[in-house]
Amino acid sequence: MQFFIEVLIGGLLSGVMYALVALGFVLIYKASGVFNFAQGAMVFFAALTFVGFQEVLPGWLGLEAGSNTVFWLAFLLAFIAMIVLGVATERIVLRPLVNQPHITLFMATIGLTYLVEGVAQMVWGANVRGLDLGIVDEPIAWLMDNYEIGVSKFDLFAAGVAASLVALLALLFQYTKVGRALRAVADDHQAALSIGIPLQTIWRVVWAVAGFVALVAGMIWGARNGVQFALTFTALKALPVLILGGFTSVPGAIIGGLIIGASEKLAEVYVGPYVGGGIEGWFPYMLALAFLLVRPEGLFGEKHIDRV
Amino acid sequence: MFYREAGQFKASYAEDARIFPIRQDRIGFWVLMLVLGVAVPLFSNEYWLKAILIPVLIFSLAALGLNILTGYAGQLSLGSAAFMAVGAFAAYNFMLRIDGMPFLLALVLAGLTSAGVGILFGLPSLRIKGFYLAVATLAAQFFIVWALVKFPWFSNNSSSGVVTAQAVTILGYTFESPEAKYVLTFLIVAFMALLAKNMVRSSTGRAWMAVRDMDVAAQVIGFRLMRTKLLAFAVSSFYCGVAGALYAYTYIGTVEPEGFNLDLSFKILFMIIIGGVGSIMGSFLGAAFIVLLPILLDNVVPALFGDALGAGFVSNFQLIIFGGLIIFFLIVEPHGLARLWQIAKEKLRLWPFPH
Repeated sequence: MQFFIEVLIGGLLSGVMYALVALGFVLIYKASGVFNFAQGAMVFFAALTFVGFQEVLPGWLGLEAGSNTVFWLAFLLAFIAMIVLGVATERIVLRPLVNQPHITLFMATIGLTYLVEGVAQMVWGANVRGLDLGIVDEPIAWLMDNYEIGVSKFDLFAAGVAASLVALLALLFQYTKVGRALRAVADDHQAALSIGIPLQTIWRVVWAVAGFVALVAGMIWGARNGVQFALTFTALKALPVLILGGFTSVPGAIIGGLIIGASEKLAEVYVGPYVGGGIEGWFPYMLALAFLLVRPEGLFGEKHIDRV
Repeated sequence: MFYREAGQFKASYAEDARIFPIRQDRIGFWVLMLVLGVAVPLFSNEYWLKAILIPVLIFSLAALGLNILTGYAGQLSLGSAAFMAVGAFAAYNFMLRIDGMPFLLALVLAGLTSAGVGILFGLPSLRIKGFYLAVATLAAQFFIVWALVKFPWFSNNSSSGVVTAQAVTILGYTFESPEAKYVLTFLIVAFMALLAKNMVRSSTGRAWMAVRDMDVAAQVIGFRLMRTKLLAFAVSSFYCGVAGALYAYTYIGTVEPEGFNLDLSFKILFMIIIGGVGSIMGSFLGAAFIVLLPILLDNVVPALFGDALGAGFVSNFQLIIFGGLIIFFLIVEPHGLARLWQIAKEKLRLWPFPH
């Protein structure tokens, strides 16, 4: 039983990390209808930029390496880089492709993936780097002593970050002017345009916010597994989460992430040995697929109504 | 001036139903076929045949398969490479386990196996649409590759999962030289392209297009959705499967499941996007473009910048160029190279007197 709970909690917490990536997808899909495959590349780019600045800033400004100033300055600079990337994407890629079919936009974001990966590695180099957030990846002693359940401090921290990020986004969506405009655009592009909401500004904002989410996700994933090219594959982890939760739902991304994370780990532990292991790669997809057969629009997706 | 159809009348239904209604097109087509089928193998060198022409043909076939599914039937798939893998390994196993298996029959059986798997993974398309379906097809991609790696039976218990394709023998003649392999591939691809062209021109293709444009409306006017969609999945997977088998037997020679990864699926998707979605011609143009581009970049980039910048720089630069070009193409001509070709033909009809 303890083992089961341990696996379950571990899975839920890693699910939170999937949800972090999925969140970026949802934001962009909601606002602009673009299925942004480049989100994984953006996570990679953000993490690499952050680590890169952390490395070069002490030399440039004469600051002490590893100090708090460097950390926050690097964070700020990486955020600015993500904003620039988002605005540039809107201007160069999305604007000329307005009104094109969804598949064309999707393909454009795959092109963007290659572009961003290439630029990131060209600027910062391709070697694997460590990222230290100051939280050790070790079990919480109190839980370990009393219940013999190992829950990593780091995972808990990641979950905390994700929760606060979601809360922040919810506040942003609910109570600010930009948030209202965002929701209006997500609801109906044309109606939003007709009451004077500047669509392109909103898109830029959304891409910047998605960039911020990518940065946070990149830092957490990077601290976990090292900042390396494999970070781009986080996108593939997020896709089943997305279809499970529904493309247009922020809570769906979180809950989908939890379900995928938990069931994936449980399946790997309990089913994996019977079929030779390594099922983590496809199990989430199969699960999501089976789920879609029952609810074709995901858990919280908008119900699709066909009119002839 | 040379491209006029004045004076060419269609006097019978057979003439009306021709693939190329204009005589100049027909002549051009046969000249092209002669050049590709006879002159190229006679005068081309080994590098061109092995590294460029054969892969272009094979990927054209795979792109054709995906184009039938995505371009004609409107079902976006990200798992084409997996169906190629099914075809390659099915052909290998048929050749291996059945004595005296004729190669062409193995090819057909491989295609059929792939079609069966395709129908299986196409079943969700009856419920799911759009990007949900696209992501669902990723399940096929990951599951098939995983299964081929995990169950050593598929690769005849080879420890690394790598299989070596057997010799290709038809009627006692062994296709060994690149020229022979090229001609074989060319004939198969040409035949299947003709088949595909006629399929999409017939009622089958019209059913697919009706489903693509609006499946509810198609259903209302009496198309059977299940049959139409699953047929599209089956035919598409059949083409991808045959392409995969050819990939193993006439191109690479040794294949491993991991070679048929998501990247390859994306590449095939790029081919149809850049070539033209919903166009047979586009599949060929797109495949040629995507196969040739990296080769071109390989040769041009180091020449431009020298070796001083290192291999890492060159490969990153290629990524950037590749991604940039795809975006550029999508922006400039979202309907692909096939549309450019069409526009060129329209212009030619009027040239040089535009009235």
